[in-house]
Amino acid sequence: MDIAIFLIQVLNGVQYGFMLFLVASGLTLIFGVMGIINIAHGAFYMIGAYLAFWLTGVVGNFFLAIVLGIPLMVAIGYAIERLAITHLYHRDHLYQVLLTYGLILIFNETQKLLWGTGFHSVRVPAILAGSVPLTETLVYPHYRLFISVVCLAVAAGMYAVISRTKLGMMIRAGASNREMAQALGIDIGKVFAIVFSLGAALAGFSGMIGAPVSSVYPGMGDEILIVSFVVVVIGGIGSIKGAFVGAMLIGLADTFGRVLLPELAAMVVYSLMVMVLLWRPQGLFGRPA
Amino acid sequence: MIKKQSLTTTRRRFLTGTAAATGLAVAGSALPTRFAIGAMAPIKIGILLPYSGTYAQLGNAITDALKLRIEQAEGKLGGRGVEYVAIDSEMSVPKAPTNTEKLIKKDEVDFLVGPVHSGIAAVMAKIVGGRETPIMIVPNAGSNEVTGELCAKNIFRTSFSNWQPAYPGGELMAKEGHKTAVTISWKYGAGIEMMGAGKDAFEKNGGKVVQEILIPFPQVEFQAHLAEIAALKPDAVFAFFSGGGATKFLQDYAAAGLKDNIPLYGPGFLTEGVTKAAGAAAEGIKTTLHYADTLDTDANRNFRAAYEKATGRSADVFAVQGYDTGSLLLQAAAAVNGDISATADVIKAMEAATFPDSPRGDWRMSKSHNPIMDIYLRQVVDGEQKLLGVAAKALEDPATGCKLI
Repeated sequence: MDIAIFLIQVLNGVQYGFMLFLVASGLTLIFGVMGIINIAHGAFYMIGAYLAFWLTGVVGNFFLAIVLGIPLMVAIGYAIERLAITHLYHRDHLYQVLLTYGLILIFNETQKLLWGTGFHSVRVPAILAGSVPLTETLVYPHYRLFISVVCLAVAAGMYAVISRTKLGMMIRAGASNREMAQALGIDIGKVFAIVFSLGAALAGFSGMIGAPVSSVYPGMGDEILIVSFVVVVIGGIGSIKGAFVGAMLIGLADTFGRVLLPELAAMVVYSLMVMVLLWRPQGLFGRPA
Repeated sequence: MIKKQSLTTTRRRFLTGTAAATGLAVAGSALPTRFAIGAMAPIKIGILLPYSGTYAQLGNAITDALKLRIEQAEGKLGGRGVEYVAIDSEMSVPKAPTNTEKLIKKDEVDFLVGPVHSGIAAVMAKIVGGRETPIMIVPNAGSNEVTGELCAKNIFRTSFSNWQPAYPGGELMAKEGHKTAVTISWKYGAGIEMMGAGKDAFEKNGGKVVQEILIPFPQVEFQAHLAEIAALKPDAVFAFFSGGGATKFLQDYAAAGLKDNIPLYGPGFLTEGVTKAAGAAAEGIKTTLHYADTLDTDANRNFRAAYEKATGRSADVFAVQGYDTGSLLLQAAAAVNGDISATADVIKAMEAATFPDSPRGDWRMSKSHNPIMDIYLRQVVDGEQKLLGVAAKALEDPATGCKLI
C-alpha cells in the first residue's frame, strides 16, 4: 500500500471515528454519570437522521434543518428522561436494559409508521458538494471533511464544558459519587436530566450530520449502537477522553481491517476490544474497579 | 358461605361452557369439508418476504404485483377465493426455520411464496423439499442451489438463478475491451454466486479479476473499499448490491470520483428500482438483467400502467417476478379447477406453464423449475432503464447437482 493510499485510509478511519465519537460520548456520559445502560442510544442516532431527512424536506435547507433539529433532540431526550429513565435510577441494570430495549422497539415502529420502510437520501448541501482530488482517480468529498471538522469542534466544546464550567464540575462530581454530590447540595436530578438530554442530542446530531453520507433507513441505529458500546468499553466508562481515543482506535481498526484482513474484517473491532480488556479491564481511561 | 356458593356456580358454569364449546368444535371438524364446503374454502397463500430493512422495497414490490395479478383474475384462483398469510422475514436467516414451520404447520398454507434473501431460500428449500406439500414458489432469491442441489418436485422459481443475470454481465465487460477488473459485493449467497459467475465469464473471455472484495452483509460503509479500488486502478468494476445498499454504493462511487474514471458494471439489481433515489449517480451504467423498463411489448406496457395505478410506484424487476408468480398460481389452480389437493397434477401444470403476458417476454420453466428466459442489456438514461438489446437469448441455468434433470 503506497503512502498516498495509506493516508487516505487514515483519513477514512479518522472520519468514521469522529462520527462514532459523537454517539459514544453521549453513551459514556449517560453510563458514567447516571449509571444507566441506555440501549436506546442508537435509536437517538436514528431519530436524528430521520429528523434531518424530514426537516430538510420541510424547510428546504439542510443547515437550517440541523439548527431546528438540535433543540428537538434535546426536547426528546428530556421527555424520555422525565417519563421513563427517572424510574430506573435506583433499579438494577437489568430493568434499565429492558426498558431501553422497549424504547428501541417503540421508536423503530414509530419510525416505520411515519416514514415507511424505504431507504431515503439526504442531499449534501450545494456549498459542500465539491470534492478535493487526492489521487488521479480518487476524490474526497468536501462534506466528509466538514463532518470531521464539526466533530472536532464539538469534541473541543465538550471538553471545555466538562473541565472548565460549573456544570461540568457537577457532572464530574455526580459521576464520582452520586450520594456525596447530593449531600453537598447539588440537585442531582437536574444534572441527570441535563446529561441525558445532552447525550441524546449528541447522538441525534451525529445522525443528522451523518445522514447525507450514510443514507437514512430503518435499523440504522442498531448497527452503530453495538460499535458505540465497544468504544465506550474500550475507552473506559464515563470518560470523554476515553470515548475519543476509543472511537479513533475503532475507526482506524475497522477501516484498515476491511482492507488488509478482509476475511476477518467483521472480527477486527471485537478482537481489539478483547485485547484492550485483557490488558486493562476498566478500559483505557476508566477508573480501576 | 355466599362466596363459596358463587364460586361453585361459576366453576360449574365455566365447565359446562367449555364442554359445550369443545363439543361444537369436535362436531364441526367432523363435518366433511372437502365436498360442499371445501370447494368454496379459500386457497391459502403463505408469504415470507422482507417488509423491513434494506430489502423492504423488494418485499413490497413482489407482494403488490402478486396481488395485482390475482385481482386482475377477479381475485379467484381456479374459482376459489384467496387468503394471504404474510410474515416479515426481516431478512433473518436464524428466524427462517421458525417462520417457515409456522406457515406450513400452523397456517397450513397451500402455496408458500418467498423469499428475497438467498440464505433464507436455502433454509426454506430444505424444509419444503422434504415434504409433499406445500408447493414453494421463489419470487426472487437467486441462490443457485434452490434449483440445483436442493431442487425438488414442489419447488419452483419465477425469478432467476444468481448465475443467470451475472454471467452475461461478465461477458459484456470483456466485450467492451476491459482487461482487468475488481469485483465487489456483499459476503452472502447471492453476492458470492453472482461475482463468481461474472468472474467466470470475464476470465473465459480474456479478462483478469485482480481483486475480489466481499463486504459483510448488510453493511453499507464503502469508503475504505473505494480507496482500495482506486489504488488498484482496474479497467472496470463489477458490483452487485440491491435495494438500499445499491443506492448508497452508487452515490458513494460517484462521490469518490470513480464513476467517471472506472466504468461500473453488474447484474441489473445494481440499478434496479434505485434510479430515482440515486439520481445522477446511476446515469449511464450498463447492466444485464432479465427485464428492462422500456421493453416494447403490450404485456409490459399494460403491466407497468396497471402497477403504477395500483401502487403509485414505478414497476421494477421485483414487481415483474411477483406478477409472474401470480400468473403461475392462476395456471396451477385453473388446471385442476381449484382442487389443489391433486398435487401431482398441479405440479405438471406448473411445469408446462407459459407466460404470454409476462412483462419480461414469454418464458418457460426448465426441468429444474427455473426460468429459461432472455437476458437484456440495459443502460440508465434519464432515470429510466433503457433497453439496448439482448445480452443472452433463452439463457438456461446449468442447474448443477439437480436430481430432476
